[in-house]
Amino acid sequence: MLALVNTGVGRVFEHRFILYRKTFRASIFSSFLTPVLFLTAMGLGIGGYVDRGGANAALGGVPYIAFLAPGLLVSSAMQTAAFEATFPIMAGLVWSRIYHAMYATPITPRQIALGNILWFGARLLLISTVFTAIIVAFGAAISPLIVLTIPVAALTGLAFATPIAAFSATQRTPDRFAAIFRFGITPLFLFSGTFYPVESLPAIVQPLAWITPLYHGVVLARGLSLGTIGTPQLPPELALLHLAVLVAFTVVGTWATIKTVSAKLVRG
Amino acid sequence: MSDTLAVTSAPDVGAPSVSTASLIHARGLTKKFGDITAVDSIDFDVASGESFGFLGPNGAGKTSTMRMIGCVSPATAGTLRILDQDPIADGPKIRARLGVVPQQDTLDTELTVRENLLVYGRYFGLSRPDIAKRADDLLEFAQLTERANDQVEHLSGGLKRRLTIARSLINEPDVMLLDEPTTGLDPQARHLLWDRLYRLKQRGVTLVLTTHYMDEAEQLCDRLVVMDKAKIVAEGSPRSLIERYSTREVTELRFKPGEQETLDGQLEGLAERVEQLPDRVLLYADDGEAAAAAAHARGLQPETVLVRRSSLEDVFLRLTGRSLVD
Repeated sequence: MLALVNTGVGRVFEHRFILYRKTFRASIFSSFLTPVLFLTAMGLGIGGYVDRGGANAALGGVPYIAFLAPGLLVSSAMQTAAFEATFPIMAGLVWSRIYHAMYATPITPRQIALGNILWFGARLLLISTVFTAIIVAFGAAISPLIVLTIPVAALTGLAFATPIAAFSATQRTPDRFAAIFRFGITPLFLFSGTFYPVESLPAIVQPLAWITPLYHGVVLARGLSLGTIGTPQLPPELALLHLAVLVAFTVVGTWATIKTVSAKLVRG
Repeated sequence: MSDTLAVTSAPDVGAPSVSTASLIHARGLTKKFGDITAVDSIDFDVASGESFGFLGPNGAGKTSTMRMIGCVSPATAGTLRILDQDPIADGPKIRARLGVVPQQDTLDTELTVRENLLVYGRYFGLSRPDIAKRADDLLEFAQLTERANDQVEHLSGGLKRRLTIARSLINEPDVMLLDEPTTGLDPQARHLLWDRLYRLKQRGVTLVLTTHYMDEAEQLCDRLVVMDKAKIVAEGSPRSLIERYSTREVTELRFKPGEQETLDGQLEGLAERVEQLPDRVLLYADDGEAAAAAAHARGLQPETVLVRRSSLEDVFLRLTGRSLVD
């Protein structure tokens, strides 16, 4: 990590960090508030009704809040990632054009793309850590493996952030960003197994969940949080497959971001 | 008067033509965007310590040329050497020695004035203590010391421009690239910027700038090229260009609306050259007063008569048949 500080990627990251420091208080406050509100309203509120008939087999026999919490964690990483990968990228390339200023120095477009992706990762790790600590405080964690949901949530975030950033770099106006949230992020949040098992959806809809990263992140995080990873509920091969999907999205998304950011910067 | 002209045009004679002596060397430099040729096979050299300008209207290819020199846009064809290096292979190394003032500000408006210098200095790999030291000097130079902790968003256009120039100096560049440095500024802000740029020139910094302001080119450039439609149409010092392509003086005649259109034939022979613009008639002559007198002798009755010295505007009009700023 230290070796990274004095590279171009590290310097781009540093710029984002200096910027973040200014809004740190407000940002960290909302990182606390969001999970507290959701876990109280849905985990305790709705969960109170769900759990009334005793342990629910469809939820793996755990309290609803324990089922819900890892899903919310990963979904919240996705939402933060989608936001970070849209408006700030547009600002850097079109509005304040700060990426163009970076490119006028020894920094390369590749380093600009990677420095920002590194920043996404750091920011996602930070909010996921806060979220996970709150899950634990609510008593909604069953296995100590919940610690590993932090990197899983961050990786799921990157699986969204990188392809979205690649797309954002091709846009001149934010007009299409609303569509990403309306037709992408919000439906995924509702239908990717965060609130109920995907198996409750009509069979015809289920494959739609599989092709997006959120479902894979949620299943993996839930397996860790509930400690069912390695059991027949989530066999190791399947867990690896979920992980592979997330890695694949991130790798391809990173490659695409380097391409589109470079193209935009060279074009001017 | 003619003595002064001879002296001021002298630097033109010593202009370097050997590639190894020039900081920037271009031959057949071309940039195409699809079917559009933005820069069409241009040749130029910029020597160390020189102040070199690209003069031309919007769309002439100035910015495309500057971006190629800035190593952020690869040439489609031709040779380009900067600081004796190749912009494609050595882009980051060359950029480390350039100071770039882009046409549009690229400041981080969410950061303060000083923080902008900090992050920018870090891009060059400078240490924080070094940047802090240089930032103090640069803020002073740009007269921004009192605004050091203000957020950039709240600065006026002129202050932002000064910060952009201060920022571009953080790496103590050998060459400064200024793309229309004063466009959009009020006269006061422009004069302050010119003064700062002039001081840099005095310190031996090589300046390369684009402009569509005649007075800016005349104030700042030792030598310039006139660009039109992606090509270089003339090259020389401001004085020598005026000598070559214009007369010593110009007499401007303005007539009542509608009257100018009825003058055909009556203007011929009044001066060495006569140009008709939509709103006035220009008489090019070494003795402007004599040309004005000749016009009156023919019974012409312009509403106003102005005798002035020739400027680069006249050069541009002569070369392209159009005025420079729309």
